[in-house]
Amino acid sequence: MAASLSRRLRRVPLSVWLAGLMAVVIVAAAALAPLIAPFDPTDLTSFNLIDAELPPRFSPDGDPRFLLGTDNQGRDLLSAMLYGARVSILIGGGAVMVAAVVGVGLGLIAGYFGGWVDAAIMRFGDIILSFPTILLALLVAGVARMLFPAASSAEWAPFILIGAIAIHEWVQYARTVRAATMVESARDYVRAVKVIGLPSRQIMLRHILPNVMGPVLVIATINLAAAVLTEATLSFLGVGMPPTYPSLGTLIRIGNEFVFSGVWWIALFPALLLVLLVLGVNIVGDWLRDLFNPKLRGRG
Amino acid sequence: MLRLLLARLGQAALVMLAVSAVSFGMFRFVGDPVAALSRENATIAEKAELREQLGLDRPVVVQFAGFLSRIVRGDFGISFRNQRPVATLIAERLPATLELVLVATLLSLALGIPLGVLCALKPDRVAARLVQAVSLIGISTPTFVTGIVLILTFAVTLGLLPSFGRGETVQIGPWSTGLLTLSGLKALILPSITLALYQLTLIMRLVRSELIDVLSSDYIRFARARGLSARHIHFTLALRNALMPVITVTGLQIGSLIAFAIVTETVFQWPGMGLLFIQAVSFSDVPVMAAYLLFVGLLFVVINTAVDLLYALVDPRLRVRA
Repeated sequence: MAASLSRRLRRVPLSVWLAGLMAVVIVAAAALAPLIAPFDPTDLTSFNLIDAELPPRFSPDGDPRFLLGTDNQGRDLLSAMLYGARVSILIGGGAVMVAAVVGVGLGLIAGYFGGWVDAAIMRFGDIILSFPTILLALLVAGVARMLFPAASSAEWAPFILIGAIAIHEWVQYARTVRAATMVESARDYVRAVKVIGLPSRQIMLRHILPNVMGPVLVIATINLAAAVLTEATLSFLGVGMPPTYPSLGTLIRIGNEFVFSGVWWIALFPALLLVLLVLGVNIVGDWLRDLFNPKLRGRG
Repeated sequence: MLRLLLARLGQAALVMLAVSAVSFGMFRFVGDPVAALSRENATIAEKAELREQLGLDRPVVVQFAGFLSRIVRGDFGISFRNQRPVATLIAERLPATLELVLVATLLSLALGIPLGVLCALKPDRVAARLVQAVSLIGISTPTFVTGIVLILTFAVTLGLLPSFGRGETVQIGPWSTGLLTLSGLKALILPSITLALYQLTLIMRLVRSELIDVLSSDYIRFARARGLSARHIHFTLALRNALMPVITVTGLQIGSLIAFAIVTETVFQWPGMGLLFIQAVSFSDVPVMAAYLLFVGLLFVVINTAVDLLYALVDPRLRVRA
């Protein structure tokens, strides 16, 4: 299997290379935003209301200072987008990490111990999964805002968003890891370490975990795209990042208010960046999933 | 079969109890109901009286029982913002959402099935590859971006279609429909396309993968060996079996679509339940949020339970597990 896997890895299709490259470029640009962005959108002194709603440079009355135009407060849109992508990716990545850690942990416990522990964890997951991500996330974000007024501030909103997204996503990891753990638990090496008398925690983390991690990475890649989209949707609906510290979704929300007056760039450029980022991650994720899918093995 | 029925119904009741507990928790512990209902400079005595009137001084379990008996009777309380019964508000908004979801589902099936079949049967044709590529872009495009692009193109630039509201509606009993007037139908076009596109990719990919699976099964190989025509094999023998899971998923998705309509309704200012809910979230209107949660929860539980039971009815192998 290892040999066939490495052979398949060598035949990565061009589209996957391009998609991966696109995603990496966007992530890198977002990570380096403070270095490459022409302005700092969080620095109140760097922008001026007089520059508000200027069209992109290539349109007839564009301003040479602003490549993609400015938003309603006179912020350089390109800079706002780079910083916004950074916020989107950090929240999406954070949600994936939290969901993966919680899901893998609970999946290991459910699969290793079985019995009522397993039943309780998995039934709870079933209930969570019977509701759509966006509804749960909206409820969590909405309730959090009511309980702590500070939840909508720039410092706390990212953590609320990460929690709101992860509350739904962990179940997928838990299901996968639980099934894999049940298979591994029946293997001889696990029985052997049990006989030696190692504590359960050590068996789960040191011996079973490394053997069930493959599928987790695939789910994480696909979920990263989904998490970035959910964050964007929440911010678009107004329960996400505040306009002072916008994510891509917040920028699109701001832009949406100006669409009718013919100011299309505030909404469209951030939307384009969001779609390209998610598309790149999705293509790579799809390819990874097919790579690990035994049903498709041998089809080339 | 009876055991399975009871087990499934018991599970459904348990989930609904959990959902109502969350909903009750929101009512009781999110924000202070007394502060929300009393006037600004109410005295402590007045507040205590209101607290007693609302039964907030009784044990939580008793309060929860009271809450349950009220919602069973259809009393979801009064909206903080509109000062009207929540049940009425939801009943008013329900037709708009259901019409949108229904039209979007039909649209996505009408387009998704043929496209999926095309991709499964002729995977190497340019058209099929194009459809596959576009579907990946479709999955990666959030609903609100599709909506904004459609508004920009057809409403702002071309001025062909309305971009918000439902147009004129006709009242038939308690149901207000936009399907019978020209402006109602025109207003429906952009939102239903937006919502359908979200669903379309899913249906298309599902039809494609199911059909590919079915086409590699033994009975199709035997049908080929018998010399039946490709047309007969593909459309009569294979497609029928491939469509079974598609119909199930479409049914299961109706609940998600209603929830997902929140986004579409926000973009197009469509006066449905989703818009009601998102306004409730931004105004901290707890009774409306709690009632929406209960309504959608009930919808999901009913759909999931019905599908499970129907499956057991259709497929005897599933009756053994339970």
